[in-house]
Amino acid sequence: MRPFEYGNPSTVKQAISLLGSDWEQAAVLAGGTDLISLMKDYIDTPKRVVNIKSISALRGASEVNGGLRLGATTTFEDLFENPAPLRDFPSLRAAIDGIYSAQMRSMGTVGGDLLQRPRCWYYRNGFGLLALDSKGQSLVPHGDNRYHAIFGNAGPAYFVSPSSLAPPLVALGATLRIQGPKGERELPVAELFRIPRHTGEREHTIQPKEILTEILLPASARRLRNATYEVRERHFMDWPLATASVALRMEGRRVRQARVVLGQVAPIPWRAEGAERELAGKTLDEAVATRAGEAATVGAHPLSKNGYKVQLVRVAVKRALLAAIA
Amino acid sequence: MTKELIRLKVNGETHELAIAPNKLLLDVLREDLGLTGSKRGCDDSSCGCCTVLIDGMPMLSCVALATSYQDAEITTVEGLARDGELDPVQEAFMSWGGAQCGFCTPGFLMTTHALLEKNPDPTLDQVREALASNICRCTGYTQIYESVLAAAQKIREKRKNEIAISK
Ligand SMILES: Cc1cc2nc3c(=O)[nH]c(=O)nc-3n(C[C@H](O)[C@H](O)[C@H](O)COP(=O)(O)OP(=O)(O)OC[C@H]3O[C@@H](n4cnc5c(N)ncnc54)[C@H](O)[C@@H]3O)c2cc1C
Repeated sequence: MRPFEYGNPSTVKQAISLLGSDWEQAAVLAGGTDLISLMKDYIDTPKRVVNIKSISALRGASEVNGGLRLGATTTFEDLFENPAPLRDFPSLRAAIDGIYSAQMRSMGTVGGDLLQRPRCWYYRNGFGLLALDSKGQSLVPHGDNRYHAIFGNAGPAYFVSPSSLAPPLVALGATLRIQGPKGERELPVAELFRIPRHTGEREHTIQPKEILTEILLPASARRLRNATYEVRERHFMDWPLATASVALRMEGRRVRQARVVLGQVAPIPWRAEGAERELAGKTLDEAVATRAGEAATVGAHPLSKNGYKVQLVRVAVKRALLAAIA
Repeated sequence: MTKELIRLKVNGETHELAIAPNKLLLDVLREDLGLTGSKRGCDDSSCGCCTVLIDGMPMLSCVALATSYQDAEITTVEGLARDGELDPVQEAFMSWGGAQCGFCTPGFLMTTHALLEKNPDPTLDQVREALASNICRCTGYTQIYESVLAAAQKIREKRKNEIAISK
C-alpha cells in the first residue's frame, strides 16, 4: 500500500475539509472492505485517507416523516440484527440478507455498498475501469467477459454495477443526501450512477470533495409491493450473477405502475422499461410475470461469453414479480 | 514514512505502538505484537483466515487499518483461552477433529466464537451460514460443523450449570 496521511474527523464538516479536489488527493474510508483492497493492489493510491467511521451521526436507521433514513455508515449487521426498520421493504432486506459473509456484514456499510467499485477483473488487475490495452482497445469484447454487461454495453464501458442495494433502492424511488463544501444536495439513487464515457470519468456522480451522508426512502414507498430476486453462482462470498428488484403500485391485483430494476447486468442499475410497460394496467399473474420477464430482455446485447445472463434476467424478473404479490 | 503513536487494546492489554498509518491490523498483530495466530491467507477478503473480533464482531484484519481501531476491544485467537483454560470452541475443535493442517483454524475459532456468543443453539444451516466465508482446504467442513455444534452444546451446559450453582 502506498503511504498516506490519515484523517480521523468527528464531524462531516471536518471530513469534507480534509478531502481534495481530485480522487488522487484523498479517499473516504468507511468499512474499508473495498477501498483497502484497492489500495493494497495499487489500483487506488490516495495521498490521504479520511476515516468517516468516527462520525457517529452517520450511523443508524430511523423513521423520518414516515419514511426511512439510513445513515451512510450503518453496517449490514446493524440491519440484519435489527431488521424492524426494513419491514415494508422486503426487496431491500433480501439484498442485505444476500450479502452472506459474517465478516462482511460487520464491516461493510450501506454507503460503501453503493459506492464500491466494479468487480471487473480487468479493472481489478490494473487495466483501468474501461479495461484498455496498450493500443486503447477494450480487452472485454474478445476477452473473458462471462461476468460483464449485457445492457448498456455499446462501449466504452463493459463492467457491471456491483451494488446489491442499488437496484431495490432505485426501484423504491430512494434518494441520497450528499454533503460537500458548498452545502448539501439531494439526488435520486439512480442519478448516483452513470456509464463513464472516457477514462477520466468514474461510474459514480459523487464528487471527490463530497460525502454521502444518508439514504432516504419516502413514506410513499411503504405502499409499494416490492421484492428482489437474486441469481447466484455460489451462495456465499460472491456477488450475484443477475438480480431483479421490483416495486409495484397496485390497485387490488392490478398493477397501476411498476418499476423493474436489474442488477449485475449493466454498468448502472438497469431500468427494464419494457417490462414496466408490459405490467402497467395488467392483473399480475404468472403469465403476465412471464411476459414481463421476456420484455425485460429486449435490447440485451450479450457478449461472447455471457449470453446466459439473458435467461437469468427473464427468470429473475418473473420470480421477483411473483414474490412481490405472494 | 512518518510513524504515528497509536494505542491498541488487544486481548485485554493496551499497547502503545509507533506505526505507519498504512499498516494493516493483521501486520501489527503479527509483526509488532508477535501474535502470529491470525493468518494471512488470500490477503483479499475472501478466506477468513485473518478474522479477529473487534468489539465482539468478526472482522477481517487484512482489510483493516490498525489506526482505525484504536478505541476498540480486539480479540485474537491468543485471547480465547482464559486463565489457562481453553475456550469451549477450542476444546471442541480439538476433540472433534475440526482442525487438520491448522492454518485456517484461528479464523474459524474466532467466527465460531462470535456466532455462539450471539446464538448458543444454532441449527446446522445457521452454522454453515455463519462460517460461509471461512475457507478450509483440508477437512471438507464436516468435522468443523460437528465441532461447532459440540461447542454449542458445551456452552449451553456450562450456562445451565452456572445458573444452577448461582441459585
Ligand atoms: C467476498 C465478498 C462478497 C461480497 N458480496 C457482495 C454482494 O453480494 N453484494 C454487494 O453489494 N456487495 C458485496 N460485497 C461488497 C461489500 O458489500 C462492499 O465491499 C462493502 O459494502 C463496502 O462498504 P465499506 O463500508 O467497506 O466501503 P469502503 O471500502 O470503505 O468504501 C468503498 C468505496 O466507497 C467510498 N465511500 C464509502 N463510504 C462513503 C461515503 N459515505 N461517502 C463518500 N464515499 C464513500 C470509498 O471512498 C470507496 O471508494 C462483497 C465483498 C466481499 C469481499
